[in-house]
Amino acid sequence: MSISIKNVTKRFGRFLALDNVTLEVPEGSLIALLGPSGCGKTTLLRIIAGLEYPDGGTVLSHADDVTNRSARDRNVGFVFQHYALFRHLNVFENVAFALRVRGWKDDEVTKRVDELLALVRLDGLGERFPAQLSGGQRQRVALARALAAQPRVLLLDEPFGALDAKVRQELRRWLRRLHDDLHVTSIFVTHDQEEAFEVADRVVVMNHGRVEQIGTPQEIFDHPANPFVMDFLGNVNVFHGRIHDGKAFLGEAEVSYPESADLPSSPAQVYVRPHELDIATEAEGTASLQARIVHINPLGSYVRVQLQLASNEAEVNVDITPHRYAELELKKGDLVFVAPRRIRVFVEPGTQVS
Amino acid sequence: MQAETLLEGPDYARIRKAHADHWLVRWTLTFLALATLSLLVIVPVVNVFYQALAPGVATYLRNLVLDPDTRHAIFLTLMVAPVAVALNVVFGLAAAWVIARFRFPGRLALTTLIDLPFSVSPVVAGLVFVLLFGGQGTLGIWLRDHGYQVLFAPPALLLATAFVTVPFVARELIPVLEAIGPEEDLAALSLGATGWQMFWRVTLPNIQWGVIYGVILCNARAMGEFGAVYVVSGHIAGQTDTMPLRVEKLFQEYNTPAAFAVASVLTLLALVTLVLKVVVEKRTRHTVSSHSGTSRGAA
Repeated sequence: MSISIKNVTKRFGRFLALDNVTLEVPEGSLIALLGPSGCGKTTLLRIIAGLEYPDGGTVLSHADDVTNRSARDRNVGFVFQHYALFRHLNVFENVAFALRVRGWKDDEVTKRVDELLALVRLDGLGERFPAQLSGGQRQRVALARALAAQPRVLLLDEPFGALDAKVRQELRRWLRRLHDDLHVTSIFVTHDQEEAFEVADRVVVMNHGRVEQIGTPQEIFDHPANPFVMDFLGNVNVFHGRIHDGKAFLGEAEVSYPESADLPSSPAQVYVRPHELDIATEAEGTASLQARIVHINPLGSYVRVQLQLASNEAEVNVDITPHRYAELELKKGDLVFVAPRRIRVFVEPGTQVS
Repeated sequence: MQAETLLEGPDYARIRKAHADHWLVRWTLTFLALATLSLLVIVPVVNVFYQALAPGVATYLRNLVLDPDTRHAIFLTLMVAPVAVALNVVFGLAAAWVIARFRFPGRLALTTLIDLPFSVSPVVAGLVFVLLFGGQGTLGIWLRDHGYQVLFAPPALLLATAFVTVPFVARELIPVLEAIGPEEDLAALSLGATGWQMFWRVTLPNIQWGVIYGVILCNARAMGEFGAVYVVSGHIAGQTDTMPLRVEKLFQEYNTPAAFAVASVLTLLALVTLVLKVVVEKRTRHTVSSHSGTSRGAA
């Protein structure tokens, strides 16, 4: 079932939680709502579930307007952040709940619940109570419970947030495989960009109640729509410079940036990811900046070098391969040259030049 | 269970060491505490049973069983208290749910109003009912014209008792509902439950021990209520005397053994309530702590 959200607005008192949000979720897709806490992603999820009602705008499920329908009538599966398992019911009855309230017969309930417990790999744990389960097991019970009545949409609120790193990794991949098997339209909320990029088909980046960008993980990573998205996707170096005549000027360095050729000369923010910078012991023409190595941090598959620019003492992070690191024989305190390989420029109003 | 390991008690040995005062201080304080407790609680309670049984077991039973007015007082108390409790369970559940789950204008006023019967003197409460339902009150006149006798009759006893015991169930349930949180209720709704299904299958099982605890406290107060009931009852022996009123009346009539006999039954009921309370307290603590254990495990 596809979901369309049109111009949805929600306030809590004076706080504007959602500001005119429009979003299409195609049938069978797996979407991540990604953003910092307080950006409105959970509110949006709860509005889709019918646990919260918007102040304005509409929610369509396929072609039906479900904006004012209760959670009960929407047939969505909702997985709560802390699972919200019924603590007085055992695992079997937790999963069976949606079937019991629909008046299913006992033998049908047993059949369906056994099927679901097998699906989430909890066979034989039906008699346990939620308090007797590990975090990962509770998570899977919550998922089985949400799937019991064959919902048209599956909604997950920070589904892996409360788990430790290793379990989270496993469950992520498992959820992706599960989605590929079941093909139920799914939306999940997360503040972890790695999680969003690994699991989702499409990622919706949100901030301050607005959608900043929608796209596949690749699109968003390669073409961030604005400085916020760029920043939020993690480690990035920001240089304050100018663009002029198809070149970006960062202090004494100038980098060719043909995309800006048609633009008037103006101040700009230049964003460079750590792996898009290179270190050299010799200056490469005009394209490099002199800097001193402050700290070297070998992180296994790459080496992170922290430097301080000679010109304005701004800090720069550069990721290089261990091979390159060995080749250059870098030491703390060395004076070297940093050259950007790829840059993104956002002129002051905040839009990328492209 | 996980919850119990999380809730290990304080290290009493260490605390005792840190508090190692001079033996004289410790002994004096312990003696003072025990002396106060004995003087104010143990001696009077034992005395009730001693006085009641002093004339012999036969007289004791005769005082309780053969006096029709006493029999009626016991009967009346055992009728009025449960009905008042039932009314307060319904009201308490509704009020606690509204207060714990919603933010609305007047919420603070409602919370304060629930406490009112605690702070108002029961005599004043009784008087309010007399003015409302008596011969001078509009409501009283209207009811009398339609053939209903409220004042100086069981309905007034019920109203007065219910009024005085309003806070018990609601007060007990508000923190329990707040500790449990609305998530499970929402989960039930999102799984397709109706409001009633949610209440019977999820909300009530989660708070059941809180309800039982509230009922016990409420019942204890309801059976022992004197002030408000005294004002509205009219003291008609064999008709509107509850057990506490009967005790007072027998005492005024210098029938001390009989007064103590009835008092001993009330005391016995109180002791039973106390035991039940301790048992249930353990259960409620268990459910609430297993809850906090769960959320902590998840956090």
